[in-house]
Amino acid sequence: MAETNASGAHGAEPTRRDFLYVAAAGMGAVAVGSAVWPLINQMNPSADVLALSSTEVNIGNVAVGASITVVWRGKPVFVRHRSDAEIKAANDVNLADLKDPQPDAKRVTKPEWLIVLGVCTHLGCVPLGYQGEYGGYFCPCHGSTYDTSGRIRKGPAPLNLEVPQYSFLTDTTVRIG
Amino acid sequence: MSASTFQTNSKAIKWIESRLPVISFVHESLVVYPTPKNLNYWWNFGSLAGIALVIQIVTGIVLSMHYTPHVSLAFNSVEHIMRDVNYGWLLRYIHANGASMFFIVVYVHICRGLYFGSYKAPREILWWLGLVIFLLMMATAFMGYVLPWGQMSFWGATVITNLFSAFPVVGKSIVTWLWGGFSVDNATLNRFYSLHFLLPFAIVGVVVVHIWALHTTKSNNPLGIDIKGPQDTLPFHPYYTVKDMFGLGVFMTVFALFVFFAPNYMGHPDNYIPANPLVTPAHIVPEWYFLPYYAILRSVPDKLGGVVLMFGSILLMFAMPWLDFSRVRSARFRPIFKQAYWLFVINAVVLGYIGGQPPEGMYIIIGRIATTYYFVHLLVLVPLISLFERPLPLPESISNAVLGGSAVPKGAAAAPEKH
Repeated sequence: MAETNASGAHGAEPTRRDFLYVAAAGMGAVAVGSAVWPLINQMNPSADVLALSSTEVNIGNVAVGASITVVWRGKPVFVRHRSDAEIKAANDVNLADLKDPQPDAKRVTKPEWLIVLGVCTHLGCVPLGYQGEYGGYFCPCHGSTYDTSGRIRKGPAPLNLEVPQYSFLTDTTVRIG
Repeated sequence: MSASTFQTNSKAIKWIESRLPVISFVHESLVVYPTPKNLNYWWNFGSLAGIALVIQIVTGIVLSMHYTPHVSLAFNSVEHIMRDVNYGWLLRYIHANGASMFFIVVYVHICRGLYFGSYKAPREILWWLGLVIFLLMMATAFMGYVLPWGQMSFWGATVITNLFSAFPVVGKSIVTWLWGGFSVDNATLNRFYSLHFLLPFAIVGVVVVHIWALHTTKSNNPLGIDIKGPQDTLPFHPYYTVKDMFGLGVFMTVFALFVFFAPNYMGHPDNYIPANPLVTPAHIVPEWYFLPYYAILRSVPDKLGGVVLMFGSILLMFAMPWLDFSRVRSARFRPIFKQAYWLFVINAVVLGYIGGQPPEGMYIIIGRIATTYYFVHLLVLVPLISLFERPLPLPESISNAVLGGSAVPKGAAAAPEKH
């Protein structure tokens, strides 16, 4: 660079040539970046995958104490009709004891319906219902244990089972997503 | 590479040589390449690894002619290979068992390097390139195991890709990006197929550079001392071509025993159940060659911590040339290092066993002890031993040691390795 203009190398007065070098390199970087971005972004979810973003479920025939599993965005969602004992167990918890403190009331819109993603927050296995010492969920992969509100109580998972967005369309129909 | 040792009278060969010196290159690297004359059978495993790679690529390419990478067709296309395609069962069993054989050979190759100090100056870059090959192999094997789209395929893919969700802030976006959706699905299967096809050729590229580095520094040897002159070496051909061929015969015998008599011994029956995104198998485990790392992952009660230690256990190997700063390479002359080495190997086997067990009770405790020991060995014991150990006297030269020269200390080089 410097051989054409010795003074530029010593930081005296930047020359037009210096400006051209910087501008050309800058444009080159922008060009490479914009060429690479489509190659990276093509791996993100495609339009048809994004389109499957909500699902409607009839919960009219889920008895108290029973649970169904529905598929939303390729993932299982647990819809659990909780018994009074389970609701009580979920509320009788000292929040300070929890790894990811959250009151039960913030995790449900109707106390008798617990709707959570059936995906362990550790490494994504599907936990088993009505198992583990808190009567909620137990993940067979690495031993994470959740309570009847789907909150993490024991094991390596860092967070509570995720609550998806949902709304009750009628008393017996819920839309997830 | 000078063509000085390569002589020919053939006009045709001279014509080629003056345009592209490929014949003299092969001559230099496979025929006259000066090899230490004392290499034992532990030095067979490099060439075996190369052959295992070629077997995987050849069988993989023909399997890809019959396989369909789609969630609704993949499982059945593998069964189609097994039942309908001519010799499809053979090709698939060779490919599936070949992955395991490749890992066995590479693990022995790595252990050889650790025992005889092959990672030390001037072979650091050679060692790094080997570790890069190992990491690429792990990625390739993992993605290949997903392709049959059985239960273990699906849940293995789910668990391993979820490792990236442990990273703060960007973790979830990375996982979604890896999946191309909100769960492991068709987009994931397609890209894994593409990458599983690509990466072996990337491995070939790194292998070429690995061999380039090897031929620059020349092979280490069981004594770990430098080549001091032509009296310390033999030409690669015929001495080591023959030795490698014999080892290859033994290797192929073991390989064939698995392929023909126990083709599913190293697999999991659960992978013959088609993938079901709603049911996780009761006990998911990775393939045996990942079990030690899986044990480390599960031993840490914290998600991010487990992921960091698991990757760290391999990345730490890159620092071996500096963690072990003893001037003596070979463990033969390092009485304390030798014992620590074998404890480390046993510990790795224990980790492998724990990785295959359910995460409960004693298994968790043993796993934590073994994980701790793994890192204590590398970060504490190896540097301390380098500092305090008094190595045995080294023989004067390879040639002296081999010929039982007077300068050789008793029992140092004369005693054959007993492992």
